[in-house]
Amino acid sequence: MDAMIQVGQNLFGAAWPLIWSVLKIVAIVAPLLLAVAYLTYFERKVIGYMQIRIGPNRVGPWGLLQPIADGVKLLLKESIVPTVASKGLFILAPVLSIAPALVAWAVIPFADGLVLADIDAGLLFVLALSSVGIYGVILAGWSSNSKYAFLGAMRCAAQMVSYEIAMGFALVCVLMVSQSLNLSDIVNGQGKGLFADFGVGILSWNWLPLFPMFLVYFISGVAETNRAPFDVAEGESEIVAGFHVDYSGFAFALFFLAEYANMILISILTAIMFLGGWLSPVGFLPDGFFWLAVKASALLFCFLWFRATFPRYRYDQIMRLGWKVFIPLTIIWLVVTGVWLISPLNIWN
Amino acid sequence: MGAISEFVTKSKQVVNSLFLKELCKGLSVTGWYFFQPKITVQYPEEKTPQSRRFRGLHALRRYPNGEERCIACKLCEAICPAMAITIESDQRDDGSRRTTRYDIDLTKCIFCGFCEEACPVDAIVETRVFEYHGEARGDLYYTKPMLLANGDRYETQIAADRAGDAPYR
Repeated sequence: MDAMIQVGQNLFGAAWPLIWSVLKIVAIVAPLLLAVAYLTYFERKVIGYMQIRIGPNRVGPWGLLQPIADGVKLLLKESIVPTVASKGLFILAPVLSIAPALVAWAVIPFADGLVLADIDAGLLFVLALSSVGIYGVILAGWSSNSKYAFLGAMRCAAQMVSYEIAMGFALVCVLMVSQSLNLSDIVNGQGKGLFADFGVGILSWNWLPLFPMFLVYFISGVAETNRAPFDVAEGESEIVAGFHVDYSGFAFALFFLAEYANMILISILTAIMFLGGWLSPVGFLPDGFFWLAVKASALLFCFLWFRATFPRYRYDQIMRLGWKVFIPLTIIWLVVTGVWLISPLNIWN
Repeated sequence: MGAISEFVTKSKQVVNSLFLKELCKGLSVTGWYFFQPKITVQYPEEKTPQSRRFRGLHALRRYPNGEERCIACKLCEAICPAMAITIESDQRDDGSRRTTRYDIDLTKCIFCGFCEEACPVDAIVETRVFEYHGEARGDLYYTKPMLLANGDRYETQIAADRAGDAPYR
């Protein structure tokens, strides 16, 4: 690695830091997009298996080339802009939707020290970006100038804003116990404690003491990404496809990519905040990116499992769950955590 | 007493909803099916079993000596609810009555099998063949030579099916 940096510096001189950053970004984004593509494949497979079907198996061995075929198909299709649409915003919306979903990966620590931007306010950065993602959806719905798109966008906006609060409070609990907004510090903090000393790190992670918050955060995450059973923003049986009704071709593909990239992001974040990130569950196994991947994959499987199981929530039920269950629950647990921290039973110092 | 039991049911409800009891039940159902053997029939390679009475593509049969069975009684044309069959008949040189035209418009046909039931000589039959197509509307307008050709082609299967089904008729 050092030799590579040296060679680069000699070759490019002053432009090297920029090129090095771009290389690092590509090293994150390219596997991410590949993961997104294959997440769609696994979604179809998992849901198929749960419906006693076998899912896609025609394109390539075991259907493994299916996502490639889908991607090529979407690329080759025409992106239609409706004549009544607000053209600039219509094109801007998918970009606004995918950009935050990709940018948030800058602060994700994949392993100890393996992070693009190791900033101290990483958690704040992630929260801010997940809020920005809403603008893409709202603009898409509004600029399409169609009633279905508009309804979808309104639902989506209300839903994302409501669950953002519960999510934020759940994360406040995490940052209270880890005393840091830096994601690497949050993970390292989970590697310490009574159980970790005994070699069962899995019991030292945040999910156990903050179990309700773990559930609230993950379920809010499902709502935040507009996945089933909270997919009223798309609601194909009521409002066709919600905010992206009028999108086709690659513009649609961008929304699709954003949704799945957000799913992976939420899974990784949940793994980092509550499941000890790259830490190994037991003492005798080494830590590493492998564990983060395993944890995130398990959570992603839950995303797909939920979609295969639950019918869509009614809109008012979603709002009730967000405002009347999750927000009070998180506030109560916030107080519980605070009292726990100043009590003699504090396990986090 | 009423107040206590009400409190018990109420708290049971709260506990159940707090621990997502119903949701976990639902998840366990789909989770169980995830590991069950899959029932998909992979069509072009695998096919579902067919009945001997399957009603597919039509055919006109012949007797073993090569003589066509149809005697132009027009019962099939009369019974056809979709009016898909058109028959014209004339006297043949040997004095027997035969069809000069026997057309079935498969775009009209509803595959009810009435023609087959009505036929006194088992001339018009429906075969098991269902994998055929036309690229223009006219392609599915089957004329007498086409139907006779179908009969010649699938005669073994048709005869075997009729023989096998005979005890139940």
